[in-house]
Amino acid sequence: MVKLILRKQEYEVRPGMSLRDALKKLGILPEGIIATRDGELIVEDEILKDGDEIILVMAISGG
Amino acid sequence: MKCRSCGGKAVVNMRHHKLALCKEHFLEWIPAQTERVIEKYGMFTRREKILVAVSGGKDSLSLWDILQRLGYQADGLYIGLGIDEGISYSAESQRIAENFAAAHGLKLRVLEIQREYGASIPQIAQETHRGRDKPCSVCGIVKRHVMNRIARDLGYDVLATGHNLDDEASTLFGNTLSWSGEYLLRQGPVLPETPGLARKVKPLCRLYEREVLAYALLRGIEYIYDECPFAVGSTSIYYKELLNKMENDRPGMKLAFYLSFLDARRNGFFAERTHLQAELHPCPNCRQPTSAPGKCSFCRMIERITETNFQRDESR
Repeated sequence: MVKLILRKQEYEVRPGMSLRDALKKLGILPEGIIATRDGELIVEDEILKDGDEIILVMAISGG
Repeated sequence: MKCRSCGGKAVVNMRHHKLALCKEHFLEWIPAQTERVIEKYGMFTRREKILVAVSGGKDSLSLWDILQRLGYQADGLYIGLGIDEGISYSAESQRIAENFAAAHGLKLRVLEIQREYGASIPQIAQETHRGRDKPCSVCGIVKRHVMNRIARDLGYDVLATGHNLDDEASTLFGNTLSWSGEYLLRQGPVLPETPGLARKVKPLCRLYEREVLAYALLRGIEYIYDECPFAVGSTSIYYKELLNKMENDRPGMKLAFYLSFLDARRNGFFAERTHLQAELHPCPNCRQPTSAPGKCSFCRMIERITETNFQRDESR
């Protein structure tokens, strides 16, 4: 499986999906995050592989 | 996805620009875009002294990083707000800002609100009617006052903040929903210098928040990731999320919203009410302009704090 982590929340999707499809499935807007794998930035068409751990870094801040 | 410049592996895709770039070209593109904005809006020159308001967050640190890479003379100002809330928020932000300055050989000026005025932001908020429910408006007043005072007192030509496009679009969205004409009139990439007020500029105002984040990550800039504990659930974050939903369906919507507003303002859509401008006068205490007669809201708040602290000491 592929693990995606946003703040302290963990999600799982099946491997072979693109990042774009995974975010859509989880209801996460790509506009609000940057995705990283092993410390490297990845874009929406990246295919997620079994065992991947994707950290979703929130872009939004404010007050 | 491939980098448009070199055909290498893209690490950032900007749908609104129909542009994907690799790390190397993205890290060149961001300063180039910032330089274009600085020149387009006549923000400052390389001969002028810039004071960057540094919070320890991704935007202000990225701005400081970009300005020094572009060869501008930029010092930092960190304002210690005294926010702890169990996560040492201010202490951690200060540590990050100081580390950044030390690592890049930059000058960081630090002003702690508690030391300077006798109370932290949460304490000031507690003592005033304005901030009892939420200290954000008190925090805004204090930061604006202090940034302006330091910029003027220490002879800086301009004060730069790290506001990005999402900050600007969400502020614009809120001011439009409430038709806050006076705020709409004053919102823009540059607030010119006026008697008592330093020039203020926002060099990142055309960069998406996501682009600034990507820049910070790719440059390896350590920044405070935790949201200010008082900003959680704020209206500005809610507006940003709403705008992102629209951006998802219509890439470029946020940028078009902001730029068409700037065009409308330039074309006189928001008329200046001269009699209101004329009513601005200097606060008798700090000399910064205020709309109501007498002392400004900052000086009244500090007076109240001083009085409360004095009464507390007397009763001991």
